Amino acid sequence: MNKIYLIFKHEFLQAIKGLGYIILTLSVPVLVILGIGSYKLVTILIEPSEEETTIIGYVDEVGIFSDQTVHGSIKLVSYASREDATGALVNKDVSEYFVIPLDYLSMGTIHRYTLAKELVTPPTTTYVIKSFLSWNLLKDDLSSEVITSIVTPLNMDVTRLDEDGEIAREQGRIGNIIVPAIFALLLSFSLMLGTNSLIGGLGEEKESRLLEVLLSSVSVRQLLIAKVTALGTAGLMQVIIWLISAPLLLQLASSTFGGFLSDIQLPVNFILLGIVYFTLGYLLFAILSVTVGGISSNVSEAQSLSMIYVMMLFVPLWFAGIMISLPENPIWFLLSIFPLTAPIQVMLRLGVSDVPVWQILVSIGVLILSVILGLYFSIKVFRAFMLMYGKRPGLAEIIQGLRFARY
Amino acid sequence: MKVVEVDHLSKSYADVVAVNDLTFSVSSGEILGLIGPNGAGKSSTIKIILDFMKPDSGEVRIFDQQMNEAIKDRIGYLPEERGLYKRLTAIDLILYLASLKGMDKATAEKKANILLEKTGMLEHKNKKNKEMSRGMGQLIQFIVTVIHDPDLVILDEPFSGLDPVRTETVQNIIAQLRDEGKAVILSTHQMNRVEELCDRVLMIDKGRSILYGDIMETRTKFRRNSVQVVIDGELGDLPGVIDRKVKSDYIELVLAPDTSSQTILDQLRESGTTVNRFEVTTPSLNEVFLHLVKVDHE
Repeated sequence: MNKIYLIFKHEFLQAIKGLGYIILTLSVPVLVILGIGSYKLVTILIEPSEEETTIIGYVDEVGIFSDQTVHGSIKLVSYASREDATGALVNKDVSEYFVIPLDYLSMGTIHRYTLAKELVTPPTTTYVIKSFLSWNLLKDDLSSEVITSIVTPLNMDVTRLDEDGEIAREQGRIGNIIVPAIFALLLSFSLMLGTNSLIGGLGEEKESRLLEVLLSSVSVRQLLIAKVTALGTAGLMQVIIWLISAPLLLQLASSTFGGFLSDIQLPVNFILLGIVYFTLGYLLFAILSVTVGGISSNVSEAQSLSMIYVMMLFVPLWFAGIMISLPENPIWFLLSIFPLTAPIQVMLRLGVSDVPVWQILVSIGVLILSVILGLYFSIKVFRAFMLMYGKRPGLAEIIQGLRFARY
Repeated sequence: MKVVEVDHLSKSYADVVAVNDLTFSVSSGEILGLIGPNGAGKSSTIKIILDFMKPDSGEVRIFDQQMNEAIKDRIGYLPEERGLYKRLTAIDLILYLASLKGMDKATAEKKANILLEKTGMLEHKNKKNKEMSRGMGQLIQFIVTVIHDPDLVILDEPFSGLDPVRTETVQNIIAQLRDEGKAVILSTHQMNRVEELCDRVLMIDKGRSILYGDIMETRTKFRRNSVQVVIDGELGDLPGVIDRKVKSDYIELVLAPDTSSQTILDQLRESGTTVNRFEVTTPSLNEVFLHLVKVDHE
């Protein structure tokens, strides 16, 4: 036990001192703070002064568009002809202009002219022009309140009720997917980094024969348990740092950006499940990595082989869009119990829909079982192939090796 | 007291026989030289002794028991190819690996400083391993191997990559280990080191033992019936000498089977020749090794 602790301590310190680990751990809070700071700075720099008004010119060839020419800081100015409007545009008297042609009422097309190079018309401009046109078309038949209602975009406030008819604590708005999505992405990167780090370390020990020195002091079981738990603990520490900083960062982001960010919540069950899945995910991927490290002849070969299971991490993220549209599809349950996708899949599902408790329990149970069986299997593989240098065993050799290797 | 007992050990990989019915033992206060050409099965034998791999047949007993976790602390092992954790300092590496051998930090630090000083590495103890030369790294690993005062020391090519001064230092420490009653298995290609250090030798080729015994007895056993002489003037006719081999600094006289070296010495003295050197030719271990390997291959 003492030797397991000694190796654990060494491996844990090596893991958390790694540059990649430090960068990834600190980058989340630092990047969020930098993002908020940048947003504030940009807002201050580009925020137009109250006196600053944008003038858009227009040429009304129909002759019925003249009312409601002021929309906040945007003012519409009429020109008699296209030539006059073009002259004003070239002289920068207007930022752009549009022409309402004679056949507008039958064709519904207006022509917009600008000096700016742009992919699409800015939404604000579209909204202002559409409001202006609608208002003038409807002004003789409808009251101003009705016209305002028509031209204003639909503003729908949705409230989710629980089964007792009370307002649910989790409202399930778009903000709810943000944290699970970021968490899933970070978990993927963190597992990928941890996997690489473990394989690199193991490869260094194998190639330098330090592994033999270690195994002349401890058993394979002690060595692997220590390595796997050290990496799992490093992962756990990482997620705890993120989770501790998350409420503060969310509060900061919400007060800065507002909007849907105000809807973001961090329920306790999400935090607890996050810790459970992060830890189990780390343990499982660490076990897979030592297994791959055991049968590989060098580091680069091990890293190539590890891509097979590392890629599985990203499967739930690839299909996240479909899952948001079809959250009840049974495929998501299957991905939730498949050990390699379960940590990411469940975290994502928690942000999209209610995940039945039994599914979470099955998922965690399968993961725990995978970790236990994986560790048993990896110890046997490692014992059988740890000292094979420069050659990778074939399938027949692996099967034979496993038959005779001890636990 | 026998520390290692290897009994009819065999191990094959696919079609290759790595170790073939090998039997030997190593006792306390003894250095056993394990020699053989590349691929002879030396490293495989060591790995089986250390329980890194299982033999197909045969048995290894260490301290009169099968390998277990408890006796690992009494073993020091230096592998043939060596490396270090590049990011650790020399002292951190030594203390970490010493802790795995059950040493407490204070004792390990004290012993480490003694060994670092003895090997001339004290001033480098806070250097990171990646900043060290190959030879310096080897000394650090050697220190790691012996720091916990093991009763059994297994050294696989301990001198490779070391300069003559460091080789001498390591050689002295190994001799000291023997004097302290440790059992040492020394696997090396450097026959002169085996001759100088070892009490007994085990020569293996293709996994088989081709020679096992006391170094001096072995050399005597393979002694050729010839003498090496250095004289003033010319050698006259010497009855009983069937061949003369003129070397750069001596002449080797090959004697007839029924002629003794004493007869030749008497003849030289009687002829009034000034004899500056007269030595019965004893083959070096290297010559014995080459001879046996050649015979084995034939």
